[in-house]
Parts: sequence; structure tokens; C-alpha cells
Amino acid sequence: MPGKLKVKIVAGRHLPVMDRASDLTDAFVEVKFGNTTFKTDVYLKSLNPQWNSEWFKFEVDDEDLQDEPLQITVLDHDTYSANDAIGKVYIDIDPLLYSEAATVISGWFPIYDTIHGIRGEINVVVKVDLFNDLNRFRQSSCGVKFFCTTSIPKCYRAVIIHGFVEELVVNEDPEYQWIDRIRTPRASNEARQRLISLMSGELQRKIGLKVLEMRGNAVVGYLQCFDLEGESGLVVRAIGTACTLDKLSSPAAFLPACNSPSKEMKEIPFNEDPNPNTHSSGPSTPLKNQTYSFSPSKSYSRQSSSSDTDLSLTPKTAPYPQGPRIYLCPSSPSLSCGSLHLKKSCLLLSESSLTPHHSSLVSPVLRKSVSFSEELFLAASGMGSGSAGKEGGPFKALLRQQTQSALEQREFPFFTLTAFPPGFLVHVGGVVSARSVKLLDRIHNPDEPETRDAWWAEIRQEIKSHAKALGCHAVVGYSESTSICEEVCILSASGTAAVLNPRFLQDGTVEGCLEQRLEENLPTRCGFCHIPYDELNMPFPAHLTYCYNCRKQKVPDVLFTTIDLPTDATVIGKGCLIQARLCRLKKKAQAEANATAISNLLPFMEYEVHTQLMNKLKLKGMNALFGLRIQITVGENMLMGLASATGVYLAALPTPGGIQIAGKTPNDGSYEQHISHMQKKINDTIAKNKELYEINPPEISEEIIGSPIPEPRQRSRLLRSQSESSDEVTELDLSHGKKDAFVLEIDDTDAMEDVHSLLTDVPPPSGFYSCNTEIMPGINNWTSEIQMFTSVRVIRLSSLNLTNQALNKNFNDLCENLLKSLYFKLRSMIPCCLCHVNFTVSLPEDELIQVTVTAVAITFDKNQALQTTKTPVEKSLQRASTDNEELLQFPLELCSDSLPSHPFPPAKEHLESASSNSGIPAAQRAMTVEKASPVGDGNFRNRSAPPCANSTVGVVKMTPLSFIPGAKITKYLGIINMFFIRETTSLREEGGVSGFLHAFIAEVFAMVRAHVAALGGNAVVSYIMKQCVFMENPNKNQAQCLINVSGDAVVFVRESDLEVVSSQQPTTNCQSSCTEGEVTT
Amino acid sequence: MTSELDIFVGNTTLIDEDVYRLWLDGYSVTDAVALRVRSGILEQTGATAAVLQSDTMDHYRTFHMLERLLHAPPKLLHQLIFQIPPSRQALLIERYYAFDEAFVREVLGKKLSKGTKKDLDDISTKTGITLKSCRRQFDNFKRVFKVVEEMRGSLVDNIQQHFLLSDRLARDYAAIVFFANNRFETGKKKLQYLSFGDFAFCAELMIQNWTLGADLKELKVLVADKDLLDLHKSLVCTALRGKLGVFSEMEANFKNLSRGLVNVAAKLTHNKDVRDLFVDLVEKFVEPCRSDHWPLSDVRFFLNQYSASVHSLDGFRHQALWDRYMGTLRGCLLRLYHD
Repeated sequence: MPGKLKVKIVAGRHLPVMDRASDLTDAFVEVKFGNTTFKTDVYLKSLNPQWNSEWFKFEVDDEDLQDEPLQITVLDHDTYSANDAIGKVYIDIDPLLYSEAATVISGWFPIYDTIHGIRGEINVVVKVDLFNDLNRFRQSSCGVKFFCTTSIPKCYRAVIIHGFVEELVVNEDPEYQWIDRIRTPRASNEARQRLISLMSGELQRKIGLKVLEMRGNAVVGYLQCFDLEGESGLVVRAIGTACTLDKLSSPAAFLPACNSPSKEMKEIPFNEDPNPNTHSSGPSTPLKNQTYSFSPSKSYSRQSSSSDTDLSLTPKTAPYPQGPRIYLCPSSPSLSCGSLHLKKSCLLLSESSLTPHHSSLVSPVLRKSVSFSEELFLAASGMGSGSAGKEGGPFKALLRQQTQSALEQREFPFFTLTAFPPGFLVHVGGVVSARSVKLLDRIHNPDEPETRDAWWAEIRQEIKSHAKALGCHAVVGYSESTSICEEVCILSASGTAAVLNPRFLQDGTVEGCLEQRLEENLPTRCGFCHIPYDELNMPFPAHLTYCYNCRKQKVPDVLFTTIDLPTDATVIGKGCLIQARLCRLKKKAQAEANATAISNLLPFMEYEVHTQLMNKLKLKGMNALFGLRIQITVGENMLMGLASATGVYLAALPTPGGIQIAGKTPNDGSYEQHISHMQKKINDTIAKNKELYEINPPEISEEIIGSPIPEPRQRSRLLRSQSESSDEVTELDLSHGKKDAFVLEIDDTDAMEDVHSLLTDVPPPSGFYSCNTEIMPGINNWTSEIQMFTSVRVIRLSSLNLTNQALNKNFNDLCENLLKSLYFKLRSMIPCCLCHVNFTVSLPEDELIQVTVTAVAITFDKNQALQTTKTPVEKSLQRASTDNEELLQFPLELCSDSLPSHPFPPAKEHLESASSNSGIPAAQRAMTVEKASPVGDGNFRNRSAPPCANSTVGVVKMTPLSFIPGAKITKYLGIINMFFIRETTSLREEGGVSGFLHAFIAEVFAMVRAHVAALGGNAVVSYIMKQCVFMENPNKNQAQCLINVSGDAVVFVRESDLEVVSSQQPTTNCQSSCTEGEVTT
Repeated sequence: MTSELDIFVGNTTLIDEDVYRLWLDGYSVTDAVALRVRSGILEQTGATAAVLQSDTMDHYRTFHMLERLLHAPPKLLHQLIFQIPPSRQALLIERYYAFDEAFVREVLGKKLSKGTKKDLDDISTKTGITLKSCRRQFDNFKRVFKVVEEMRGSLVDNIQQHFLLSDRLARDYAAIVFFANNRFETGKKKLQYLSFGDFAFCAELMIQNWTLGADLKELKVLVADKDLLDLHKSLVCTALRGKLGVFSEMEANFKNLSRGLVNVAAKLTHNKDVRDLFVDLVEKFVEPCRSDHWPLSDVRFFLNQYSASVHSLDGFRHQALWDRYMGTLRGCLLRLYHD
């Protein structure tokens, strides 16, 4: 399916002055795709050139379309010397490659230079014509949709959730190539940006191919990361969940008709089954491949190599189509000349070299890497070794046989989703995680890229076995991360062990699902809390009780998960952000010694992080954690652990006990007094928190039903004796040993410190709530004002006081102060909730700690009663879909519940909706501009009529959440995945490190917004800043920063607008109708 | 533990009005933090001084980055880096271009050149406005002046179009530009009692009604021709007899006053003498009347009659010119006539 890419350069504005003599610029533009370059005419002497170029046409393979970015360079023409580059724009044209997304990219893009930042803007129009190609053995995967959102996107329905897809691509880092010594920093940065862009495209294409093989049509929860391994190279890796999605026909009038003739061209068989022959065409495949000659433009990606571990994602009996295998070939330059023989032999080679993957045992000897892996996992109420419960209970196993069979075919039954269709999640076992310390080694031979794959395969295998130990066959809310310092790398993976309903996983038809649905009852609201493991053979000691909701099944006393709170879960009171923070000093060491030291520290850190989380949870009077994310960061001389989660009180779980403090020396009077004082403080805090978070569980039920609680202590002791494992870490009893889990023993100053630190966490000021999940339990009357932000702090530790305690205190203060600053800055939004609070820690240098936070503040209406019931309109909307769809589709509740209910729209709300259209947050708009300055109101516009007053930049909202409060997402336009480097050699002049980074992050936001706007969108959802690597050298007056962000570009329509349009036609805000106008056509 | 780097970037740029004012007033971060602490914000919000410091720094950095755009306000509207709601953009621009009365009085009518810029130190000391703020205000004047200097069309409209100022502020700037262009003397001691508002009022009248090059010399005949002068006086006196509290003083002074007013017209044709306009008006008219304790109502009566009576002078042929001249001058004089 080759295509024609068409680009038109319209105009530029606000260009920098490049000619000092005339204070003007003679600008022209180079448009490059692959190896083809076009140029516009030089527009003489203007800072606002009007090129109005012809359509530049590139005829290219869709493979290239997927991999390559469109590169637009703005230059200043110089007759006598070399032309000076003003800056560049990279445009990812992927959103144009699938139906239902964007049809044209058109708009103003900031012109970006890695040294000077944004230098003016350029107006560009990009279109793609795709030609239908019946060749099914193609290498491209145009048509597969990608979503960063970790739930089924709002205007889709999941037909089948296929499962885990992953891929990684390795290359040399241009920054470390010999040529970097002679080229300019700009050239080096641009080489890196371009390479990562290429690798991302390639990665996405390959993942797409896997999805097509699984007969899916989309990837949800797509997370792509890059590892800067320094000397040893650059790894770009991605994971996601393959799905077959069906677009919901929405009654919204704004929805464009998806069958315009022009679109037909690129319509890919989206909902129809891809031809099953694909899978059985084994031998002929390589031959067909030969017809696919690589365009010379591919030379770049030729260097990169990749590997696959997930052969078994498809049933093992089905021959794997050989399409992408060609990428496993040795990357010799001779390949690009397209020799038939060479390719063929390579294919054979690669096939054979793949076999070891099935056993997932790659000999480490080959790579000379030392691997230290710790088998650790957090589970319901404690940690235990994973091997204990492997046999599982035969009874439960039988029950789940059906599901198991559906999942057993997969090597990794993992799901990157964090929220699920109702009924998908049957039981949740607890958090499973695995870490492994590796020594990085230069990738000398790109033919052997499997090492990284083998590492991840190993870790995934561990995760899988942990899940099994918990009686679960699947892992949900799965994610992977790395932390690299010099040559040491910690690989981490974590997720939530779960039992899933098989009907979403099979290629069964909708009818089949319907039957099943009739047969079985929908799981109760407490179902996911019920233990999936066998209570007589528990993998770890836990206190079990009968479910406080249904009284039929057993539940643990505490539940930790990495997923979002299921929408149907019953929660008492509100939730809150809970963080565990920890530092551990480590001796500086080299290579293997260093890796050993780190591996030895890891289990202790995990243990302490877990203990802190547990204690803080109890201190809040809550019994479950959602969205748990534990980050371990490695530095030269220390390890940092930061765990964030949202604590809630689940009605199904028992009331948490308090925290008891026990002294070791009970005879000392004053000591005891101190202890009792502390105990009182703790009890007071718990009581205060219960009030603050409105946790008032009904207590009567206990009396009525009696006390079905088994003697937990006895049981757990029994179990512990049974647990036996060959793992090294078994000696590490993560289940708080023989102590009651709630008892804190104070036997030394360290322990005292711990207790103190528990009490130092200050609750947010009144009117503020915070969580790291999508939604805040207990708040659902959001108003439309949102503010996404990124905050970065770096502190320098004085090297004198480097003790563990001092470190802990510094780190704790850093995080707490950062939160305090956020509360202060956002005080005008009260009452408000910080949602999706995402902390990342890095250790850029010896004595530097960097914390980056991205979150969104959303205001809510305090006065309105909590609305849990849907308005009739919304209900009927849902009814509109057929019954079985209703069962399968994702709940609209997330979005509809969060709306301010419409039956009582006070005057304020009307104002609000009007203001949000023009992008003015209500609170800010409410402030009256001085009488003397009526610029904002209509009076001024009419009077002075500034030439472009009406063409101000359209508002683009950004949020880490998958929804926009008070609005409906009507269209997904494609994934935004951008990577930028910024460097300066005049750090002081740019306002120091803060000035430099502040400007850069603002620029990154601007570039994201510009791309979204050019796609015709007005928001980015599921936005995430995946990387913010900052390096400084103040002595040289230099700094460099790398930022990687991603999200889903969408079109949203305000709920209020939907109603306005349906009831009365006129008086819609000018601005909103402009943006929507673009979308509907 | 020291903070090396500390930033906050919102998708919608946060603007704190209070901090913006402190920044515009030219306070350093340290001073601004101290002033904020004094405002009681810590007690209101429960924040710490460190939080306040960090917040102030953030805002200052943002303002610093915005300043470049504020120099050409239409750029602020079209730039992509900072997402700012329109009402906030308006507020940023309006406040940035706002100026202090005390400052503008010091530079009004002065050449907006480097020389004057050097005097800013003195002005800062004299007015108590920080040097930084003085510089901003001075640079604003100069920038607006430079942009609209050579432009055709309405001065106020041009300013509004290029700087997106409110109507009120654009008018003020028009006055400043007008004064700077004509270099009117406003600093003399006897003019000290006049406010910027007085001058701006006069400037507006002059901009609206006067055009350069009108042959104001023709009016000279009113005082040069003795018969005409006597006739004019008798007409005015007849009309005002019994109606003016200060009639006798007026009668005695008529010729001096009339000479003063007509000579001002003649001087307006010479560019060099134009700058003395306000000095002349005050010296030749305001002061004599004031020393005779004319009430404002009498001044109004007199001026009305004085200009109207000319219509009855048969020998005078420049009625239209006179009306345009006196219409504006009357307005100015009435405004300038106060203590």
C-alpha cells in the first residue's frame, strides 16, 4: 500500500532576524522525507514570509510513511556563505495513515532549534493519499490504531482484548559516535532527535504488525520508552495491549461521517477479519518479501536492529509470517542494494536464531553480562516468595480452567490496561513485581540484539510465575521501566495479578458473549476483592475475613494494586495520595561489584518501601492502594525508592486496625512515657484522617451477621511454616515476621525516625485532595476547569551529611515541599483535586536529586450534592446501544459521572461553559479586569478591532487523564509521541538552570499543542512526560535536556455545547465553533 | 540541601496579579517576597516562606519570558509558547503599559532619547519609583512613539492596533506621543500645578481639531488692527456687563488677554515656539486671571463671549479658522484654569 505524501509550505511568522544589517531575513524552506528533498523559493527580506509553495509530492512506501518523520527545515539564504539554519519542524504523519483519525495536518508549527529553542512559526499543510494494495505480506501496519490511554478509548467498544505486545529496537547513540567529536552540538542533537523519531516509527510499525497477526486492529495502553545506555547504545522499547476495537456509533451531531469517499482510499479492513491465510502461507512468505525492495531512504534504519521474543503471542502452531523477520538481518550496507540471495539466507538465519527464545533461556555467557535478579513481589497483605503457592488450590483451578486455556496460549498474559470493561476483572490477587540488575555492555554487534530482549523475557517470566503463585493467570496494569547509572541498569516490571473473565479474550463472537452473559450473573461489586488463591494453601501469610459486602467469599485485610479503582467498586469516603520515600547509601563501585551491591540492597528497599506504604495506609485509616507505582532509581552512590499510590477504604475489606507501638525496653519509665505519647499522636492522626477523608464505615453489619472472621494469626503462622522456597530471598520475611503487621517495634533510633517520618507528612490544605489514579474516589462532580502542569526540582546534597537518615530527610522534605508549593500555586482552583500525580526521581549526578511531577488539577463543585446516579439523558444514551454492547463496552460512567449534573444548572454553570470555550478558567475569568482595560470584552474588540484579534491561537487542553471533565471525546486523532533535545552554551544568559528548563518545558507544551491543533484536535488525553533528562555543567555555562512526551490527540465537545446545539442553534461561542468546524468537515 | 532548580510550568500559564504588580513596580525577588509576606498571605494560605520564594521566582521567570512578547502585544496573541486566556492577555498588556502619574509628569514633552534615559536615575530618586519601573515606562513611551511616529491615520487607532491597549490607555499614549513629538514644555515651575490629565485633555483636543500648517498668522489682525481690537472689546464688554463678577478687571485687562491669546496662535506657526504653548497660556491668561481671582464660571463666560463676538466683526474674514482655534483653546484654558 504505497502512498503519496503531499506537503505545502504556506507561510512563516515571527521569524528571527538573521541579517543584522537589514534586521530582516531571507527565508526559504527545505522539505525532506526519506532521501528526497524539495525547496521553496527564497522569500526576501521578511520576518513573515509568504511562500505559498506548490504541493511537494513524495511517492513512498507505507513502510517509510510509518517510520520516517517529515522534516521541515527553515533556512536563511546567504549568497556568499553557507545558508544558516533557523530551525526545524518534525511532523509525524502516522495519524494520517489510518481511517477515522485525521485527514489532514494543517496549521502553525513552532520552528524549533535545539540550541535556540522556538524561533518563529511556520504554516504547513500535509496530506497523504494511500493506494490500496492487496499484498498481504507487507511490512507496514498502516491502519492499526495506537492509544496511550490505558483503558478502552471512550468512543470505542472492545470486541476482543487480545493481549500483550512488545518490541524493542537497538541502535548506537549518535552522541557517542566518533563523529560526534567533530560535529556541532546542533548536528549531534538533530541526529539524535531524528534517530529516535525513526526508531519510534519503526517500533510502532512492528508492534502494529504483531497486532495484525493477532487479528487485532488497535493497541491500547501503548507505552514507549527509550533507554539511554550511553556508550552501550540506545534502546527504544514499547509495550501495549492488542485489541479489536469497534467504533461506537455516537448520537453526537458532531461526529463526522466516516465514509466520505476520500477516506475510502485508506480504509483498512478494520472490523472485518484479516484473511486467515496470512497465517498459513508460511513458505511463500519470504519469497513474496523479495518483491518488497527497500527504498534507499531506509539506510538509516538499516543500522538499527531489533529482536522479538513474543513468538508465542500467536498460537505456537501457527507459522509466524515472515514479514518483519527481515529486520533481524545483519545490518550490512550491502543489504540496501537488495540482493536476493543475501536476504534469503538472512531470513533463514534469523529464523533459526530465534528458537532459543521459546525456552526463554538465553545463555548469559554470550553477552558476558552478570545478572542478578531478585524475585520479589508484593502481595495482598505482605510479601512472600513466589514459589510457595505454585500448586494452587485444585478446586479453584478447576473453576478457572476455561479462562486458563484462553490465556495459556500466550507466553505473557499481560495487559497494560488499568481500567476495564465491566465484568472483565474477576479477582485481583495483589501486586507482582520483579527487578533485575544488569551490566550494560556495548552492543558491538547489532546482529545480536537479543540480549535486551532476553533480559525482559526473563523478568516477564518471573512476573508470570509470581502471578501464578497468587492463583492468577493474568497480570493487569502491567508496566516496565529502567533506571540506568553508568554501566548498571535496573530493569523493573510490575503489575497486578488477576483472574479475568475469558469471554473478552477469545475470538468468540458477540453472540457467544451474549449467551454466556445470560448464563452467569454479573460479578458483584466486591468480586474483584475476593481472593483468587486457595485459602488453605496461601502463597503468603494473610489475614482473611469474609467479604464485608457479600459475606460469601474471603477477602484479604489489605489490597495493593497497580490498576485504577474499578468504577463499580464501593468505596467509603475519599481517597488520598500515599507515598513511601526512601534513600539508601551505597559505596561507589565498579562493574560487577557495583551490581552485586545494588542487588543486595534491593530487597531491603522493597521491604522498607512496603512497610512505609502499609503504615501510611493504616495511618490514613484506609485498606487498599490503587495505582501503586514503585520506582527504584540508581545513582553513583545511592539508591532511591519512591512509591506512589492512591489509598482508599474499600467497603468490602475489613476496617484496618490501628498502629501499635511497642518499646523494646519496657522497664524504662520515661521511655514508656515517650512511647505512649507517640502512640497517642498516632491514634489522633488516624482519627483526624478518618474525619478528613470521611471514612465512616457502617459498623452495624458486623453485629448482625456475627463474626465470621477466622483466627487469622493462627492461620498465618501455620502457613508460614508451610512456605518453603529455594529462592535466595526467602530468608527475607517480607510479611513482617512473627509480629502483628500493625505493631511497630521501636528498638533503636532508626525506628524512632521511621515513626517520626510517618507523622511528618502534612495533609493537603483544606479544599485540596490528591490521588495518582484517574479518578478520585468520592469526588465525581467535576467542573470543567483543568490545569495540567509539570514541576521539576533539583536539590544539591551537601556531601558532609550523607547518612541514610539525613538523605531520607532531605528526600522527604523535597517531596513534601514540592507538594506544598503545588497546593499554594493552585490555591485559586480550590476546591480542587490533583489527579494522576506522577512523581519521577532521577539522580543526574553524585549529589543531585531530581524530582519531576506531572499532574492535573481539576476543580469540583463542593456545593453540589454528589451525583452517583446518571441523568436520564445519559441513561438513554447507553440504552441506545444494544444490550450486549452495553455489557461489553466500557462504562461511560467515568465521563458522565464526572459531569456536573445538568438538571440543576445554576447560572454559574452557564458562565462556566461559556468561559471554557474561550479557554478562560472560570475563576480567572471571574476576576474583573480593571475598568481601564476592557481588552477582554467585546467592547474593545469592536472598537479597536486589532487585525487578528479573532484569530488568536485556539486552546488545546492537556491532561494525563483519559477523559476531560464535562466533555465528550468524539474522535481520536492519533498518538502524539515527541522527543526533543535542548542544549545551551549560555546558561547564565538564559536565566540559569531554572530559566533554561522552564523555557524548554513551556516550548515542549507548545509543540505538543501545535501538533494537536494541526491535526484538528483540541486536547491531548493520557498525556505523559516519560523522560526528562537534565544535565548541567555550570562551570562551562552549559546545560542539556532531553524530554520525551506522549499522549492521544482528541477532539472533545463540551456536554453543555451538545445540549445547546440540540436545543438552540445560535449563540455558540465563536472560538469553539471554529475548532469544531475544522473537525466536522 | 539547596535547591538548584525549581520550576513550575502549567499548560495554561499561571499569572498572579499581585506578583505581576510587584514585578512591574520593579521590585527584586527578595523585596517582592518580603512584601508578600507583609500582605499576610502566609497566614491566609498556611504556606511557608520557602514556598513563597519559589512561587515568586516562578512568576518572575514567566514575566521575564513574557516581556519580550509584551514589547509587541500582537505577538502575545499569536505566540504558541504560553497558553493564556484572552482576558489575562489583556490584563498583562494593559498593566505592562500602564504608567505612574508621577513618572509621566517628569518626562512629558521631553525628547524620548538616550539623554533623557540617563536622567531616569534622578527621576527615580525624585519620585520614589524604582529605576527598573522607570526604565520600563520610559521604554514603553519610546517604543510606542517609534512605532506610530511615521504612521498615517488616527493616532489613537494606530496605537490601539499595534499595542492592543484599552481606549483610555491608548488616548493617554496618544497624548504622550503628541507631547514628545511637539516637545511641549511641561516642566517649568509655573506648570507644576498641572496634572498629566490636564495635559492629556489638551492634547486630545489639539489632536482632534488642529492640523499643522493652518495659517494662524491671519488671526494676528485681531490685535494688530487697533480698530478691530477696540470693537472686539466693546462687543465683549457690552455682552458681559452685569454678568461677570470680575467685569472691571476683565475690562481693564481685555487687551492684554486678547493679545496673549492671539499671539499664542501666531507662535504656533513656528515650530520652535510651539513648545512654549503651555507656558504662554499659563503666563498670558491663566495667571493674570487667577491673580484677579476670576471664578471659573467667569472665565467660561468670558471665553465664550470672546470667541463668539468675533463673528460680529465685519472686517474679519477668517471666522472658520478662528472658531477652530478658539474652540480648542477655550477647552484647554478651562481645563488648565485651576489651582
